[in-house]
Amino acid sequence: MAGGCAALLFDGLRLTQADSYRIAAVDLATFLVQCLNAVQYGLLLFLVASGLTLIFGIMGVINLAHGSFYMIGAYLAFALAPYFGDWFVTQLIVGVLLAAAFGYLLEWAFFSFLYQREHLQQVLMTYALILVFEEVRSLLVGNDVHGVQAPPWLAGGFRLGELMSYPWYRVFASVACVVVAIGLYWVVNRTRLGMMIRAGASNRDMARGLGLNIRLLYRIVFAGGVALAALAGMIAAPLSSVYPGMGGSVLIICFVVVVIGGIGSITGALIASLLVGVVDTFGKVFFAEYSGVGVYLLMAVILVWRPEGLMKRAY
Amino acid sequence: MKRSWIVPVVAALVLLALPPVLSPYLHDLVVKIAIYAVFALSLELLVGVTGLVSLGHAAFLGIGAYVTVLASGDSGGSIARILPLAVLAAAGYALFVGALSLRTKGVYFIMVTLAFAQMAYFVFHDTKLAGGSDGLFLYVKPTLVTLSLDDKRTMYYAVMLALVVTYALLALLQRSRFGHALAGIRVNEQRMRAAGYPTFRYKLAAFVIAGALAGLAGFLLAVKDGAVNPELLSWHESGAVLLMLILGGIGHLRGAVIGAIAFTLLKELFQLEALLGPLASHWQLTLGLTIIAFVALLPKGLIGLRRRFAAGAVHG
Repeated sequence: MAGGCAALLFDGLRLTQADSYRIAAVDLATFLVQCLNAVQYGLLLFLVASGLTLIFGIMGVINLAHGSFYMIGAYLAFALAPYFGDWFVTQLIVGVLLAAAFGYLLEWAFFSFLYQREHLQQVLMTYALILVFEEVRSLLVGNDVHGVQAPPWLAGGFRLGELMSYPWYRVFASVACVVVAIGLYWVVNRTRLGMMIRAGASNRDMARGLGLNIRLLYRIVFAGGVALAALAGMIAAPLSSVYPGMGGSVLIICFVVVVIGGIGSITGALIASLLVGVVDTFGKVFFAEYSGVGVYLLMAVILVWRPEGLMKRAY
Repeated sequence: MKRSWIVPVVAALVLLALPPVLSPYLHDLVVKIAIYAVFALSLELLVGVTGLVSLGHAAFLGIGAYVTVLASGDSGGSIARILPLAVLAAAGYALFVGALSLRTKGVYFIMVTLAFAQMAYFVFHDTKLAGGSDGLFLYVKPTLVTLSLDDKRTMYYAVMLALVVTYALLALLQRSRFGHALAGIRVNEQRMRAAGYPTFRYKLAAFVIAGALAGLAGFLLAVKDGAVNPELLSWHESGAVLLMLILGGIGHLRGAVIGAIAFTLLKELFQLEALLGPLASHWQLTLGLTIIAFVALLPKGLIGLRRRFAAGAVHG
């Protein structure tokens, strides 16, 4: 469609054959860049949504505060960046460890007594946590928008076609997400911990009856979910800058991802994240004004087709 | 139990006689609380009566409010035209959302209603349909024959009337066959379906009624504030109204009203600079911590607190 428009626009200027080839090439490059952006956005969403879906699938907790962990991760990147500089990967690892420890403590303090309660109480508790996190952030860092520099060794980009270039940092972000996704798959499907996680997800009481330490398992899963969301936030910080309320929008999109993918399914979350990434990115290209709605329409369509999501509890 | 009507009637009489002695600030506060009570009551029909936890109820409030402003235009209009439009628009969106989201259950339902509310939020926030993120002003308030809602006293009585009508409507509805069917669905939907009730249609009807009543609250809110903005539809608002219900105690219409009063007063209290000093500008922190304490200590709401005291008095 865009190609046709461009051809029409330039028709009056009497293009030579070579010119029109160049326009086609630019369009292809734009398309490629948008594809890469869609995948990169989708993968980042997956990091946040996989934690959300795991926490729900295993612990049965709706965690509204999950977006706050993404926000905390981004601010962590902002706070840690001056100390690490070039050592970006080290910074990510330190941040993830801090976030996991934070999640571990949080589960102990605020969630451990909630499991027997109704969903409503959990919604309320996590809603309150959002308020607290946002205000503490405002007290500590203030309400300004901050930019975070990508590490120097990832500055610049590679050329795509004649006019476009694609930043190396985005490539790094996608690769990092893929590595984490593979790691997650390996942990859940190939390790003893993963076996316990799957057992807890499919039948909590039976797993407890077999002597599994469910409390510890919950704490680990929660800490893992927090760490994943924070990692996504840290990776996203140089791309999107760091601003108040950044957690809220991510949270809602992740709900959409989890609903589309099917609650508790990591594979479903991956497929749904990429789907949402594509719809969102190309929605912004073609229908800029209504782009916010596209993702929700996608969800509506999928709900009509499959009310339980694409993958119903299967991993 | 027999005297259960005394408290509401006395409260209504006091509220009717109150306006002349209220300061402008208190006048405004009472009106605000009453509007939120209507809003909370509309959600109580879903959460308390039918057992459907919706986290996207603010969408219907917002749509009612926006339609009020859009239908008034530059020259205002009659309540008889604008109010039905606002209520119908909210009910219409509720029909759409309900038809899709009621296919899901439990947590899914919570997330799906939230996502649909967010969709409505983005429509108002991103597009030029209705002023974008800045919202719109209501220049001329609706009128009915010689009455104008621009007059504070008229507005006060109109809001009180809306509250009484909503409360009475829901109380009657709860006692009707329809209400009993909804209660049955809350307790055991499977069994209701086996008994031959088309449960989906019942739930959808409840969802649409709740949406329409939220639209009424939206109409009142837009008229009271004289402005609307997309934040009315945000999920913070949906969370706040759910919070009112839980604060008051779910499963009683009174709980919704008590919750609306308690929540609004708490919010005002935490924003008082005289009381909390510099913390007042970070009132969400105090509010958040209060909610956490509340969830940890008072799982049954304020009504539960009274019950607990009553039980203690009997046994002790």
